Amino acid sequence: MADRAGAALTRPVDAPGDGELLPQVRIRHWGRVVAGLAVLAVLGLLFQAISRGDIDYASIPALLTQDVILEGLVDTIVLAVVAQAGAIVIGTVVALMRTSANPVLRWVSWAYIWVFRGLPVLLQILLWYNIALVFPAFSIPIPFTDAYLLDQPANVIMTGFLAALLGLGLNESAYMAEIVRAGLTSVDRGQTEAAKSIGMSPAKVLSRVVLPQAMRVIIPPTGNDFINMLKGTSIASVIGFTELIHAANALSSRSLAVMETLLAVAVWYMVVVSVANVGQYYLERHYNASIRPTGTRGSVWAKVGGSLRTPPFMRSSR
Amino acid sequence: MSAVAIEGAGEGAAQGEVLVRARGLRKQYGSLEVLRGVDLTVRRGQVVVLLGASGAGKSTLLRCVNHLEAADGGEIWVDGVPIGFRHDGDRLHELREKDVARQRAEIGMVFQRFNLFPHRTVLANVTEGPVQVRGVPRREAEAYARELLERVGLGDKVDTYPDRLSGGQQQRVAIARALAMRPKLLLFDEPTSALDPELVGEVLAVMTELAREGMTMIVVTHEISFAREVADHVVFMAGGVVVEEGPPEQVIGAPQHERTRAFLARVTA
Ligand SMILES: Nc1ncnc2c1ncn2[C@@H]1O[C@H](COP(=O)(O)OP(=O)(O)O)[C@@H](O)[C@H]1O
Ligand SMILES: [Mg+2]
Repeated sequence: MADRAGAALTRPVDAPGDGELLPQVRIRHWGRVVAGLAVLAVLGLLFQAISRGDIDYASIPALLTQDVILEGLVDTIVLAVVAQAGAIVIGTVVALMRTSANPVLRWVSWAYIWVFRGLPVLLQILLWYNIALVFPAFSIPIPFTDAYLLDQPANVIMTGFLAALLGLGLNESAYMAEIVRAGLTSVDRGQTEAAKSIGMSPAKVLSRVVLPQAMRVIIPPTGNDFINMLKGTSIASVIGFTELIHAANALSSRSLAVMETLLAVAVWYMVVVSVANVGQYYLERHYNASIRPTGTRGSVWAKVGGSLRTPPFMRSSR
Repeated sequence: MSAVAIEGAGEGAAQGEVLVRARGLRKQYGSLEVLRGVDLTVRRGQVVVLLGASGAGKSTLLRCVNHLEAADGGEIWVDGVPIGFRHDGDRLHELREKDVARQRAEIGMVFQRFNLFPHRTVLANVTEGPVQVRGVPRREAEAYARELLERVGLGDKVDTYPDRLSGGQQQRVAIARALAMRPKLLLFDEPTSALDPELVGEVLAVMTELAREGMTMIVVTHEISFAREVADHVVFMAGGVVVEEGPPEQVIGAPQHERTRAFLARVTA
């Protein structure tokens, strides 16, 4: 060993790594070329099959803007947004109860999640929709007077929208409660202690220190759930609520262009979901910005482009 | 270090008056008795160092002083106020968390693991307490925060996020954050234990400066030389009780108890 090292030192020109920098041959990514060709082939076949199918593609753009379809689109978005927003609010409250020191609140929140997560959404919607069978009227008397704050037959109040909203929203709130709880528990206990040590009240500790940091954990699954919610509104078609699927059925039962109408609706779902994706991206970036200040800035597209590029070639520094 | 006076320190009353008095503190976790009747007196302007092996109950004692931990028995009075309670006639009424928060605002704490708010800049970390808790106007809070950051040698880091700072810098921000509340008392729980050895000195220097300016401090540390040079009073704890206490020359220089001697031999080895 010592001899060989000594020998190398006396003949520096021959030692590996000395002399001129050598040309470097990069790895060729043959797999990517093969995969690309395969995808092109499959797309080609698919395109051929689709173009031969018995579908009137030219009618689809007009269908997109049919009044019934647009009405369904608006109803879908309104239902999904209101149900998700309500679920976020209720879910946060339930999560706070679940993590509270009060054993009664903990138990109530556990039972709430157990029920509303356990029952199928369709069943929950049907239960709400048919509630008039059990309670013919809803009335809220104003105490010490003969007046009523609310006094209506149940089947007037419980519209398709309200039943769908309650079914979807309450079910989602149980999932949101678990998402928010995961976010709250992901924040280091030292953060709470530091916040308390500067005299913050429990509400301030939560709103200024814990929740902002929990957002990083809360937003991605919430975005997921919202996309599910957008699509899940289609279940409200069973009680006659005019969301997109119900609108498509109504339209195609008259025009008989079943596939064309369904494809038009598919386009709208993809548009809405894509918009939601972009929104989620910006929300995530907002809450990550301060945690990782040097993180990727720039548009969604820059980020997508970045992830498609090959990692930079690195030269070992010696 | 500049000469900006720390407001709150040694203010309002003569030095030497009792600021903290703990009597018969008890605390247990399950069947483990962590504090078994601890008494502690800290006078205004004093630096008291708590020494003791890991598990002796030092952190628990410190955390009882600002009620991060509720004692199971005994009392702690800080500046004439029973911590965690409202004094009414001959009774102590337990306070709600919201009201305990008001008591905590008067007592700063510096943690072993810094616990800076990672989602806020250095400046925002320091102004958070004054603005959110005391309702100080933002401009005013920022001016004082910049002054404090300048003092701890981080005047050029105001807009940085904590994860860009070294451990020593983070701990100095944490000290500035505590000072921003103009506390009557500062608690330090092993402030240099999570630091690389070469960064310990910069944090101890800031603490030494604070001590010199008359800030009342209770410090848990294993830095014996800091205790020897800066402490007015040293308390040695073991097994949830105070074994020995007195001036550093006595407790560190000429310990009376075998456990104190054994501990000092271990940490100074
Ligand atoms: N939250 C807790 N739950 C259970 N045991 C604890 C808790 N906090 C501290 N302890 C225990 O109490 C003892 C004293 O802890 P501590 O006050 O942190 O000691 P020190 O700071 O002197 O090292 C240790 O044995 C520790 O394991
Ligand atoms: Mg400790």
